[in-house]
Amino acid sequence: MASYIALSYWDLALASVLVLIDAVLSVLFGLQIHRSLLVAAIRMAVQLTVIGLVLTALFSLVSPLWTGLAVLAMILLAGQEVMQRQDRRLSGLWSFGLGTGCMMMSSVLVTAFALLTAIRPSPWYDPRYAIPLLGMILGNCMTGIALGLNTLTTSLMLRRASVEAQLMLGATRWDAAAPVTRDALRSALMPTINSMSATGLVSLPGMMTGQILSGVPPVEAVKYQILVMFLIAGGTGFGAVAAVLGGVYRLTDARHRLRLDRLGTAQAI
Amino acid sequence: MVVQTRKSVNCRTARLEVPKEPKPPLRTDAPLLQVRDLRTNILGPASLALAAGECVAVKGPSGAGKTLLLRAIADLDPNQGLVSLEGRDRSTIPGPEWRRLVGYMPAEPGWWAETVGEHFGDWTAAAAVVTNLGLPEEAKSWPIARLSTGERLRLALVRALIMQPKVLLLDEPTAALDAASVAAVESLIAIRIRAGLAVLWVTHDADQAGRIARRRLVVEAGSVREEVGQWPATLP
Repeated sequence: MASYIALSYWDLALASVLVLIDAVLSVLFGLQIHRSLLVAAIRMAVQLTVIGLVLTALFSLVSPLWTGLAVLAMILLAGQEVMQRQDRRLSGLWSFGLGTGCMMMSSVLVTAFALLTAIRPSPWYDPRYAIPLLGMILGNCMTGIALGLNTLTTSLMLRRASVEAQLMLGATRWDAAAPVTRDALRSALMPTINSMSATGLVSLPGMMTGQILSGVPPVEAVKYQILVMFLIAGGTGFGAVAAVLGGVYRLTDARHRLRLDRLGTAQAI
Repeated sequence: MVVQTRKSVNCRTARLEVPKEPKPPLRTDAPLLQVRDLRTNILGPASLALAAGECVAVKGPSGAGKTLLLRAIADLDPNQGLVSLEGRDRSTIPGPEWRRLVGYMPAEPGWWAETVGEHFGDWTAAAAVVTNLGLPEEAKSWPIARLSTGERLRLALVRALIMQPKVLLLDEPTAALDAASVAAVESLIAIRIRAGLAVLWVTHDADQAGRIARRRLVVEAGSVREEVGQWPATLP
């Protein structure tokens, strides 16, 4: 069944020459990016090698405990990334907790849904299916939540007068924040919508190409890709709605006041 | 004789009913708005009382906390202390309902939609007040982005007035207006005050304070006190 062509390390070394050429170009044109380019390339190679080893171990164990721990580690790292991408973070535990909690809720829910309905591996938590699926959903969910929360906090700062004008006239906190909430949700879901509409025309999705390269018939690979796209849209939608509404909840209070004092100071980026 | 005595009694009664400075009919001794030991991070303990149909001018140097005082009364910033309206404790009234009862108009009003009309639930109710303030009824379709500061202030005042609040907190509502508009705003609010509205009016203009209010509060370095003695000099 598997008719893929295995790569040797010499093949990779040969391809890495392309990155070295990029670095030479950076020196020639004085772009000052050769250093970060090489560091990034080395990081990528090391991180992926480690992940390859970890996945090999996980796949041979097929243990719910170790699979669960790997899932947790992925979610915590994604939570860290969401926090890093905020210009203005929520204060206290909320800065890490809100994004992480919402990603955990939505990505685990959607992955479990796919494993229990469409894919049905045996056992259902088989890491060979669970980990890559969760990874794809989590990655997109992370982008969506990071964008949504960042749009929410920056627009609440910029449009404070307009939100408070509605509060002054007796609007509830949800009504007053509705225009900002809508913008935040829209920017959270835009990348997913764009990638769904462009996929197949402009770009061939990585997972589908991977399956084709490993010998899966294109029609079958496409079916998988469509499933994954739906899962991503669902996971990003749930996660972003929960995170943005959670953000509105935290940045207002029970007396329906706008509480921008619950934002930390601006991050140096 | 008897007839004359009666007449003279009538004259005295009539004079009492229309004093030189007419007292608003709804004004009672029990305060409409009671504020006791109101504090925020910056504002010191502030206490004041406002009766129905009363206007109190608030003055003080820039940055002294006048705006913070109004925001704290409208419950827009976290604050401690006792605030009550008609004897009802503010903490028993949900925030949105409180702000409909105690309206607040900031010095720089905010707008959330593109045209003027979208900021008014019922434009027909607003239109009458809008024309009183020297703006045409077609203002409904004006884009917010093209309004002058003076137009914004007057429209924000209309927006606050048509909510029919019992108390109105005004933060320099005439700061950017020409003399005719200032007069229009003052007389419009005076009519509402005679109908029972209570007003806290922040103004830097001593003459305006004399025209609109009998009492004055001074806010200095976050503390609030009542000014007594000096101000009647500006009255005619």
